[in-house]
Amino acid sequence: MDFKPLFKPETIAVAGVSLSNEGHPANVIYNKIHLRYPVKVYPVNPKGGTFKRDRVYRSVEEVPGPVDLAVIAVRAELVPETLSQCIRRKVGGAVIVSGGFAEVGRSDLQERITAMARAAEFPFIGPNCLGIYAPGHFDTFFLPGERLVRPSPGHVGFVSQSGGVLVDQMVKFTQQGLGLSLAVSIGNKALIRELDLLRHLADDPETRVLAFYVEGFGRREGRAFVELAASIPKPIVVLKAGKTAEGSRAVSSHTASLAGDYRVFSDVLAQHGIVEARNEFELTCFCESLSHYPRGIDGNVGIITVSGGHGAIASDICADLGLRVPRMPEAVKAELRAGLSANIRDIACLDNPIDLTGSAVDEDFLAALNVLSHAAEIDSVLLLLLPYSPGISSDLGARLSYVHQQNGKPLVAYVPHVEKYRILIEGFELNRVPVASSIDGAAYMVEAMRRCRPC
Amino acid sequence: MLIPEAEKILAEARPRGWVMEPEALRLLELAEVPVPRFTWACSRAEALEAAACIGYPVVAKVVSPQVLHKSDVEGVRPGIADGQALTATFERFSRLPGFEGVVVAEMLSGRELIVGAKHDFQFGPVILMGIGGTAVEIYQDTATRMAPLKPSDIQSMLGCLRGRRLLTGHRGFAAVNLSKLTEMALRFSELVMALGDRFDSIDLNPVFCSPERCVVADARIILS
Repeated sequence: MDFKPLFKPETIAVAGVSLSNEGHPANVIYNKIHLRYPVKVYPVNPKGGTFKRDRVYRSVEEVPGPVDLAVIAVRAELVPETLSQCIRRKVGGAVIVSGGFAEVGRSDLQERITAMARAAEFPFIGPNCLGIYAPGHFDTFFLPGERLVRPSPGHVGFVSQSGGVLVDQMVKFTQQGLGLSLAVSIGNKALIRELDLLRHLADDPETRVLAFYVEGFGRREGRAFVELAASIPKPIVVLKAGKTAEGSRAVSSHTASLAGDYRVFSDVLAQHGIVEARNEFELTCFCESLSHYPRGIDGNVGIITVSGGHGAIASDICADLGLRVPRMPEAVKAELRAGLSANIRDIACLDNPIDLTGSAVDEDFLAALNVLSHAAEIDSVLLLLLPYSPGISSDLGARLSYVHQQNGKPLVAYVPHVEKYRILIEGFELNRVPVASSIDGAAYMVEAMRRCRPC
Repeated sequence: MLIPEAEKILAEARPRGWVMEPEALRLLELAEVPVPRFTWACSRAEALEAAACIGYPVVAKVVSPQVLHKSDVEGVRPGIADGQALTATFERFSRLPGFEGVVVAEMLSGRELIVGAKHDFQFGPVILMGIGGTAVEIYQDTATRMAPLKPSDIQSMLGCLRGRRLLTGHRGFAAVNLSKLTEMALRFSELVMALGDRFDSIDLNPVFCSPERCVVADARIILS
């Protein structure tokens, strides 16, 4: 099936636009596409007439010219007829927003539309979904534009079984400054499922990280998913819900009881190098980190700090996660010391974490990062930057990023996210170094890389 | 692909829903998964002859289609030192429901592991490995991988165990033989794939691992 009309449509028909109910989902979708997106959109309602000075078409078949995508938001029992119009009209694909299918026991109706689409090789998303969010291009969410938090165009492709989780995650991504290449709420996933979108996003040049919110796979579908995922060079992050659904069913073997559904899920993902996020915070941190650093590491971290306390907290978090904070050999310590300015040379602590103290100036950070970038003992650097001390200039983020770019060893920074440090943060982010708003977040960004390889 | 003898064992066990221990051990043996020297003895004389051949001490285990969990009916007696003790054990087992003989097997030693397999709805056949023995559900120290296993999967499963140091040498216990353990797990994985949809779950517990070898002491195969 060709997904291009679904995700890059030039013309959209919205079926179900109401002439009397401004709050109807189809109206919300029509309005936002009509007013805010560079796409031609046609309202469809069997009654015809005019809507906002536009002609309303009685059926998709009446619409002049090619239609790439149909957004179907009619009552469930009218969906089969609308779908067959789309197929006859050679529409490129559909998003079926309407609910009233398998989720309320109408599997028969869902099977009917799925069989129709499959026979005609007609791709559709849904039913019972929000559909597609393609930043800067269009979206099919029946949520008013002013209510949505809209991530900018970026490099994370996100597929979610739940529309609510998707919209909420868009808020978290935006707070982190993380952009999306494409987001799809697949709802009942009657036809297009995770596996199809895994394949699509793997080939999508805009997508660098693939993220999935999964409630469950079908019979043996998980097997196909992980086997395909293992062959894709891009990082894949999965957040799973329903971890405790196993319950206490009586089983006659130890294996069946020990290898519960979630434990198998978690272990098998790790086996195939898929990064499991345990919560939405991890999901956000992992996507941010892996969109910059898509390769796995062993997880030997060098920590640079200006506060002993921050270094200790970061070390604890790293140890909990399974990251190592190795001690620095004397040769590295000597090299570090030689690079530091005279007023901190004798007070800085050069064992890992490297505590440059509150008296450090920009040049000390640059020198320390330069040495760590070449130290073979570590494969990543976690920088805890507290811009309270007067020796730190607003250029430091950008200047450290340049040191990082010289040899590419992953660098993750923690900077308190307040407006007055924005210039420091952007100095990192615009130069492709991820910045976390908490020490935990920074440690998770390193952890993402450790998990991003087969276990 | 299973050889005809293995197919025959499965066919005979199908009405019961599970494979009795001596037949499960034979099935493993046919798949080149190491099992102890054992005999399925249906009379006292056969039991005594087997024990003499294997050499005391031996372990005796009841064989009965009505006994899935042998330890629930005290149907396992390890450390039998002589013919008199074996005779007494045989007599006691013969009064258990559905008695069809005893397994007389050599005593094994080493660290106890569990190796298991099941069909997962989402991922198909998966294999589990962990710290075994009767307290396996207390420790719950296991790792799971999708079958078939690669050699690196066995390394990574052991690396995931909290009790991994029990296997790599600790306080006077020498390290278990990792290459024998790997070999055993790979042969088991091949058997699991060959069984396909015919099994529901398999427990090999305990698997005794020593510096010399890794041997399946008990096996329970539940059919689908």
